[in-house]
Amino acid sequence: MSTALPSDGGGAGKGDGRRRLVYLLPVLLFVGVAMALGVGLTRDPEQLPSALLDRPAPALDLPPIQGGDRPGLASADLKKGKGPVLVNFFASWCAPCRIEHPIVSRLAEEGWTVLGINYKDKPEDARAWLGNMGDPYARIGADQKGLAGIDWGITGVPETFILDRNGRIVWRFQGPLQPRELERDVLPLLKSLAP
Amino acid sequence: MKALVLVCLLGLWGAAPAFAATSPDEMLKDPALEARARDLGRELRCLVCQNQSIDDSDAELAHDLRRIVRQQIRAGASDIQIKDYLVARYGDFVLLKPPFKATTLLLWLGPLLVLLGGGALAFAQTRGRRAPPEAAELSADERRRLDAMLTGDPGA
Repeated sequence: MSTALPSDGGGAGKGDGRRRLVYLLPVLLFVGVAMALGVGLTRDPEQLPSALLDRPAPALDLPPIQGGDRPGLASADLKKGKGPVLVNFFASWCAPCRIEHPIVSRLAEEGWTVLGINYKDKPEDARAWLGNMGDPYARIGADQKGLAGIDWGITGVPETFILDRNGRIVWRFQGPLQPRELERDVLPLLKSLAP
Repeated sequence: MKALVLVCLLGLWGAAPAFAATSPDEMLKDPALEARARDLGRELRCLVCQNQSIDDSDAELAHDLRRIVRQQIRAGASDIQIKDYLVARYGDFVLLKPPFKATTLLLWLGPLLVLLGGGALAFAQTRGRRAPPEAAELSADERRRLDAMLTGDPGA
């Protein structure tokens, strides 16, 4: 650098500029990596995008809960053409299902169609649970072996899907629905899909 | 002592399959098919525990998926068909080794890009530095002394 005397003229100035750019490179790299990580690390790794999004719901043909008063659930029930439907996987043994139950009930009370899939449950437990907590479901399919759960790609209960009137999956949520999801995602989406 | 530790660690490593969660009653009778099911299970992610394979995991879902893998193997499905079946339901996430495709290009080729970029940068830097310093001509006096040294004439 000491050789860069004024007499060297423009050539040295140009080299200096290039060198300064090289010094900036690590800074730019750092900013880039920090931004990528900033986005990546603030996402919730528990919430995976469903492989079924924007695809027709998987075929269903589930019997009702034994001794229950709701009809079973089949593919035809998912696309009655009247508007969006919610499909909610639940079980009596599932504590988070208890937490989200008031939200699911509220959706049913507001007139949305809520369909239930009772996942790996004993019929008597499921009946008792619905009797105690209230039954918000228009129909309930009993998935005793969890095979419908695998077809729908669920990883546990509760999980909730929203289907448009043609039976395509437009939204999926893993875990208990909370007021936050209700206000932010569920209600706006249902309203936008309603006829 | 170090050798002992090494032997113990190797022993643990060798014993790892014994920790797998597959229970005897869910195994296939044909050992060749069972081996295929085990290999396949090691490549499939348990979606509940996320960083374990379904072969390792004791979760309920892993158990169900192991059973499905074995059902399909018994029905004559190929490894690729079974993977496709699960990917259609759970997405690429179910594969512990991500597939090579457009959305994963950066993942697979990123390290190569970094290596090439860094290499190019290092090459440019070292080449710039290798420019030889300009050699100054000897002065008449220096030339005379050098000649004297080379001819070994002490009188100069």
